[in-house]
Amino acid sequence: MTSYPLIGHTGPTQPLAYFRGRVRSAAQFLADAAALAERLPDGDAVFNACQNRYLFAVALAACVLRDKVCLLPASRSADSVAQLREEAPELCCVSDQPDGEPTLPTLQIDDASLAPDGAAHWPPPAIPAQQRVARLFTSGSTGQPQGHDKHWGEFVPAMLAGAARLGLERLPGFVALGTVPPQHMYGLESTVLRPLLCGGVLVDASPFFPADIKAELARLPAPRVLVSTPFHLHTLLESGLSLPELALMTSATAPLASDLAGRLEARFGAPLLEIYGSTETGQLATRRSAETEQWECLSGVTLREDGPEGAIAEGGHLWQPQRLNDRVLLDGARRFSLLGRNADLVNVAGKRSSLSYLTQQLLAVPGVDDGVFFLPEEEGGAGKVARLAALVVAPTLEREALLAALRERIDAAFLPRPLKFVSRLPRNAIGKLPIDALRAALDGANDE
Amino acid sequence: MSDVANRELELEVAGLIVDALNLEVSAAEIDPNEPLYGEGLGLDSIDILEIALVVSKRYGFQLRSDSEDNARIFASLANLTAHIAAHRTC
Repeated sequence: MTSYPLIGHTGPTQPLAYFRGRVRSAAQFLADAAALAERLPDGDAVFNACQNRYLFAVALAACVLRDKVCLLPASRSADSVAQLREEAPELCCVSDQPDGEPTLPTLQIDDASLAPDGAAHWPPPAIPAQQRVARLFTSGSTGQPQGHDKHWGEFVPAMLAGAARLGLERLPGFVALGTVPPQHMYGLESTVLRPLLCGGVLVDASPFFPADIKAELARLPAPRVLVSTPFHLHTLLESGLSLPELALMTSATAPLASDLAGRLEARFGAPLLEIYGSTETGQLATRRSAETEQWECLSGVTLREDGPEGAIAEGGHLWQPQRLNDRVLLDGARRFSLLGRNADLVNVAGKRSSLSYLTQQLLAVPGVDDGVFFLPEEEGGAGKVARLAALVVAPTLEREALLAALRERIDAAFLPRPLKFVSRLPRNAIGKLPIDALRAALDGANDE
Repeated sequence: MSDVANRELELEVAGLIVDALNLEVSAAEIDPNEPLYGEGLGLDSIDILEIALVVSKRYGFQLRSDSEDNARIFASLANLTAHIAAHRTC
């Protein structure tokens, strides 16, 4: 039976994390995970709600040691948690927040839950490749959350293939600082699993403002890897701040324009690699965005055509063939260009939904006669978060009341901006709503 | 700062926010004491970063998470304006 070690570090004293500003060694991490594993309640599934990245990693490792699955919902809304509970009635929660998770039996952890200073476990235990370790949720095109199982034998090969592509062999002991949370696929892979499995150092901080990122980097030793998004990188560039020396920047969650990538590389003196992936597939391909618009699949992954502008990825770390969520143009089996998202899917600041689902929610608000959600412009990759727009026919509704009703139904990231009241939608002869007509109606005079 | 100067700065900051975020209200319509997050203006953390950027450009100082209580600073336009008045370098 194939197995892989819980961590990729080769010696007990190698640094594995920065936690509260201090180094935590590989052996100390294993001791922390073992200590927490003993305290985990019975039941097969654990909602890992830890916000601190190190405590999140310890909770994840503790679950792996006890053969429990970490559930990671797309959001922490009451609905999402209720949905998790339906899936796993014995669900409990591990949280480092004082209020825990009110609707679930919660194991509260903090710094005192870790093994005492100087504790050490070595060597790393072997984990069967077949073991299911995590279940991540996407909102799905119907809005109903969909779970995606992840096995140890998927994560480890994906991380090793990714590390090879990112050139991390040349950066032993790389220190990964992330501006993204660990609960979603990109943050989980790039700020938690990659350091753990590839001998790197994870950083518990989640800096927010540009000045925070700079201050955090200054506290860390080289080689530094900044794991971020087009939006955060754009903000960092525009802030005018200089940064400590970086070895690598990575970006994901939305496409990054090549000129922005070029300016980032020039300013911060490090290569910027964009990572293409999804919750379903994990990371699949990368590109040096300043130099090429073509993506190259990770080692072992290949693509084949599936209908016009569609593709299926298989091989490598993928256990099942997976259809891509985007429209692509293939160039052989290992390279492709992105043409755009599937028309219905939207991604706002890393949160996914579909225009048809959002439109349904709009139409379900009492007083709305007609309405539609759409993208006011194509994603430009310039680091601005593309917001959605909506046209609505609701002669008896006040704007505030409609927005309040929408806020109850959909994530705030998807609230329309702008929301325009019109007397009728620009339907064509067959009742469809061409995107050009919608955009023109948005720009046109207000006919409230 | 006098009440008049304060209201002027408040309107200026509100104008920056409306422009940066493409909001559907005019600067004068933003209630200085209403929450910026969630209810009220309905901003999210992406917006807060955008605001931090325009504030740093216009007023010459960087916002930090660990130095100040951000929840308080972004609790309302009035609080944000007071923070800017206290920290601006230009």
